[in-house]
Amino acid sequence: MDSTVESTGTEGKTWGGGNKPLNASYGKMMMWFFIVSDALTFSGFLAAYGFSRFKFIKEWPIADEVFTHVPFLHGQELPMIYVAFMTFILIMSSVTMVLAVDAGHHMNKAKVTFYMFLTIIGGAIFVGSQAWEWATFIQGDYGAVQTKGGNILQFGEYVTVDGEEKFKRISIDDFAVAQKGDRAQHERKNGLWFVTEGSLPPYSVNEIYTGLAANDNIRVRTQIINEEGEKTVLSRAESLQQIKDNGKLVVKGANLHVNEYGTSLFADFFFFITGFHGFHVFSGVVINIIIFFNVILGTYERRGSYEMVEKVGLYWHFVDLVWVFVFTFFYLV
Amino acid sequence: MAHEHKLEIFRGLWKFKSNTQKIWGVLAFLTLITAIEVGLGIYKAELPDFFVASFLGLKVLNWIFIILTIVKAYYITWDFMHMRDETKALRRMVVWTTVFLICYLMFILLQEGGYVYDIYFTNDPLIKRDF
Repeated sequence: MDSTVESTGTEGKTWGGGNKPLNASYGKMMMWFFIVSDALTFSGFLAAYGFSRFKFIKEWPIADEVFTHVPFLHGQELPMIYVAFMTFILIMSSVTMVLAVDAGHHMNKAKVTFYMFLTIIGGAIFVGSQAWEWATFIQGDYGAVQTKGGNILQFGEYVTVDGEEKFKRISIDDFAVAQKGDRAQHERKNGLWFVTEGSLPPYSVNEIYTGLAANDNIRVRTQIINEEGEKTVLSRAESLQQIKDNGKLVVKGANLHVNEYGTSLFADFFFFITGFHGFHVFSGVVINIIIFFNVILGTYERRGSYEMVEKVGLYWHFVDLVWVFVFTFFYLV
Repeated sequence: MAHEHKLEIFRGLWKFKSNTQKIWGVLAFLTLITAIEVGLGIYKAELPDFFVASFLGLKVLNWIFIILTIVKAYYITWDFMHMRDETKALRRMVVWTTVFLICYLMFILLQEGGYVYDIYFTNDPLIKRDF
């Protein structure tokens, strides 16, 4: 550098470039700036989520009833367990990352390699878990009927467990009665050529209504939350009335248009925010892999500083930090 | 380049011998907080009335969740991201800016959401929702 750059006479002065004004290197400071802007992006999303939730405060889906599945434990309702596991995995990978940074400060190449490897594994497990969570959410479990006004009507019955009356959900698969004369899915090979439509719902509203009328125990549950913090269950007569008058579409699972768990905005925000976070984790894993190979190749050993690991570490911790908030606002509150 | 770490958390209540030990200590603390959150989340329905009471527009339980989250965020930033070891100026530049803007955004949007709710759920005969 000395041979190519003329002396400017400002060396050593605070803002002259002669020293580091905030005692942080350029790269680290820029990573912090990026993190600030990214934090504001995420808080924008979460604030929008909060807006919609406050708008529909009396009918927002109850997270404990939506996210109840754990892999390999089919049919059991275990709210929170799986997300808690995911959170722990991500915090754990944050720990291995900070251990890698620490090892880097001691110029210990073997340890940096090992901890970076563990971090990548943790990140991969997290992304995989999120994919599973999405798949379960998209597939849905009980199914519901959407009304003309876009409200969701779910089904269930009262059962007595340990002397306590409880509302237990029933899947539409268990009571819908097949009817004749239902329309078939339009394919591009018949009718209007080369025009297709999306897959039809599993049942028609008529099939659901017939099934509901045939089973005296089944009741409809609306999305309105009552004073006890539970969704309102209608009487038998009201149930039949609602489905007959207002039922429009049978919904199973969730996508960007419909959502069997309640307000469709809930699914939209779920996909958008956890998706955006998942994208961050994914890119974090990719960057970690690049750095991992650089560590193995000895790039930072030759450079004499493992600061690059520290910078990636900042990003990785940030991803963990965001998850802490997503976890709170989607699953806890 | 020396890497000086401040080796105490909780304002000096818990001191560590090395940076590695501090990391494990912070992990233990974060895990404890997560466990409390999950426990409260699972036994939400059986909690005493105190938790369900409303405080400043939110349930006490939700305030607890939010505060615990901020505590977690603090320790992730301060110890994992080494904010504790940065200069005061950098720390304030990052934290104060973010905190201020987020508080502002949250206030505006939540206030507005509550307002829209009030409009929607009045018994106005011109607004029909249950159909």
